Amino acid sequence: MHILLQFPFDSQLLLRKRKSIKKELLASPGLMEKHIAILGGSTAHDIKDMLELFLLDQGILPVFFESEYNQYWQDAMFGNPELEELRPDIIFIHTSNRNITGFPDLEDSAEAVDSLLEQEYQHFEVMWDKLREAYHCPIIQNNFEYPFYRLLGNRDVSDIHGRTNFITRLNQRFYEYAQAHEQFYIHDINYLAADYGLEKWSDPFYWHMYKYCCCMDAIPRLAFSVSNIIKSLFGKNKKAFALDLDNTLWGGIVGDDGVENLAIGPETSMGQVYTEFQQYLKAHKKLGVLLNVVSKNEHENAIAGLKHPDSVLTPDDFISIKANWEPKSRNLVQMAEELSLLPESFVFVDDNPAERAIIRQQVPGVPAPEIGEVEHYINVIDRSGFFEVTNLSKDDFKRNEMYKENARRAELQANFGSYEDYLLSLKMAATIRPFESIYMSRIAQLTNKSNQFNLTTKRYTQEEIEAAAVDPDTVTLYGRLEDCFGDNGVVSVVIAEVKGDTLDIILWLMSCRVLKRDMEFAMMDELAAKAQRRGIKKLVGHYYPTPKNAMVKDFYALQGFTKADKDEQGNTRWELDISEGYKKKQHVIQVQN
Amino acid sequence: MNRTEIYEKLTAVFQDVFDDDGIEINDSTTAADIEDWDSLTHIMLLSAVEDEFGIKFDMKAVQGLKDVGAMVNLIGELLA
Repeated sequence: MHILLQFPFDSQLLLRKRKSIKKELLASPGLMEKHIAILGGSTAHDIKDMLELFLLDQGILPVFFESEYNQYWQDAMFGNPELEELRPDIIFIHTSNRNITGFPDLEDSAEAVDSLLEQEYQHFEVMWDKLREAYHCPIIQNNFEYPFYRLLGNRDVSDIHGRTNFITRLNQRFYEYAQAHEQFYIHDINYLAADYGLEKWSDPFYWHMYKYCCCMDAIPRLAFSVSNIIKSLFGKNKKAFALDLDNTLWGGIVGDDGVENLAIGPETSMGQVYTEFQQYLKAHKKLGVLLNVVSKNEHENAIAGLKHPDSVLTPDDFISIKANWEPKSRNLVQMAEELSLLPESFVFVDDNPAERAIIRQQVPGVPAPEIGEVEHYINVIDRSGFFEVTNLSKDDFKRNEMYKENARRAELQANFGSYEDYLLSLKMAATIRPFESIYMSRIAQLTNKSNQFNLTTKRYTQEEIEAAAVDPDTVTLYGRLEDCFGDNGVVSVVIAEVKGDTLDIILWLMSCRVLKRDMEFAMMDELAAKAQRRGIKKLVGHYYPTPKNAMVKDFYALQGFTKADKDEQGNTRWELDISEGYKKKQHVIQVQN
Repeated sequence: MNRTEIYEKLTAVFQDVFDDDGIEINDSTTAADIEDWDSLTHIMLLSAVEDEFGIKFDMKAVQGLKDVGAMVNLIGELLA
């Protein structure tokens, strides 16, 4: 991650050095190409440039379409050959209150204002429906920022004739559409403008000179905010915190000052500010963000500190607690391995600038935000968008519990003579079936999030998943796994195409949370059975190496396939003849289909 | 700040914005002399100049800028 692009960034420096930063970022390996259409109601040129930098920093190589100035509606409604040719993966509609064509007149009746509101709203709704139908891709839509003047003063917000009131109501209609439609995301420029300072944000100089809806200096903030939604949709969110303890979660050093002298809890101002930070962190558990500790401490002191009666976070809130005197970079890498996560899935939070610098240097890709003083920790972390929520699933609520269960499984495993005995003791039950409508969003999410146990790393939108499910020449399977400790949810996804008497497996992935449970064999058994029923004679698999999926390079060999082909990129093709039968490979999971 | 000092800082801004360390500017330099200097880069350039010198241009002044010499004069006035 480029240090200049980490929040809080220097906007002017980014604007000014964009060309050289871009060159640097283009050199990073393994960029994922995505097509992004910007439909602008004001000049979007610099937004595009800044968005490009932030996306490149997330490993996404954007290819853009940009509407001519204020042609957003025409391009959407009447088509544009360039836009159609791009086949966008994301459409970003960059409009602002400058694009509202009619505001209420002071003499208007309530009915007249309502009908004006409806008219302004419909202008957008017809466009969204049209775009959804034509492009089947996620849409990101700005809401409206507050107006830069208020004719009615304070009354502007409550009177139906006030622009502030009108914008508030129009925004509310946008949110209702967002609540009723999947793959539609509001980009909250109203919050951004307030956060930045509305007066500066909407300096009319920029509108009248250049037709910019906000001031130049705010553009990197705006682009960064859009980039957070986009990277979240493409599975680039962070997944876990690695937290320091002393002077990060509480004031003072537990080993030196003693538990009773730590600043935490309601008694003092310093105690209160740490409490608020702990509450902020704890709230992340429900988003599925894993909390972990990496601290230079004696283990018992760390636990004692977390057992402080006023501590909001308790030892139970953490999946992994590494409190020792080893370098933090080593602890972080080891923790990632134990949790089957990539190190770059973590956000490292530490009050010590030296520790942050070491992490950045030793574990590239792990953000170590410049959090400043304790009263500003939340400001920086919250505005960094590490965990930008684009979809909230029940799975997220339970994720911490699942990882805890994994830790208990590991304990249990130590008590068994053979690994197979251990697997049998888990009393695993799987459901393996063709894609079903209730799981479409989870399945799409998995195709975008899974990097390690993923043979082809093919990404799908929800629309594409739904299309695959109904295509008669496509075989789809999802696998859901439960055991005596709990439900892991949907953990494996397979998509294969029927080509004559062969079945070509174009997607095979599994969540790392169920590694070494024989689930991949249960999936193959089901796929083979399905294939045989269709008269298929041969299964074909592919492995496309990426920097992250080395763990599955021998996957097809382990499944009994023979390597048939290898190209110069190292992509391999594998075959398994099933015309003479297929031997089931797993017998530790009860399968329901 | 005299004109020489202003030129020194301004040249660095031009070099950054156009990502070209070889750029040199003088009183008669205009957008026609620098390949990438279009209307969009112009906005970025003005913003970077404001930031570099800690000044703010108003609309009237911006519209009167016909070459680099005029820009240097304007910067000098705003700094005085």
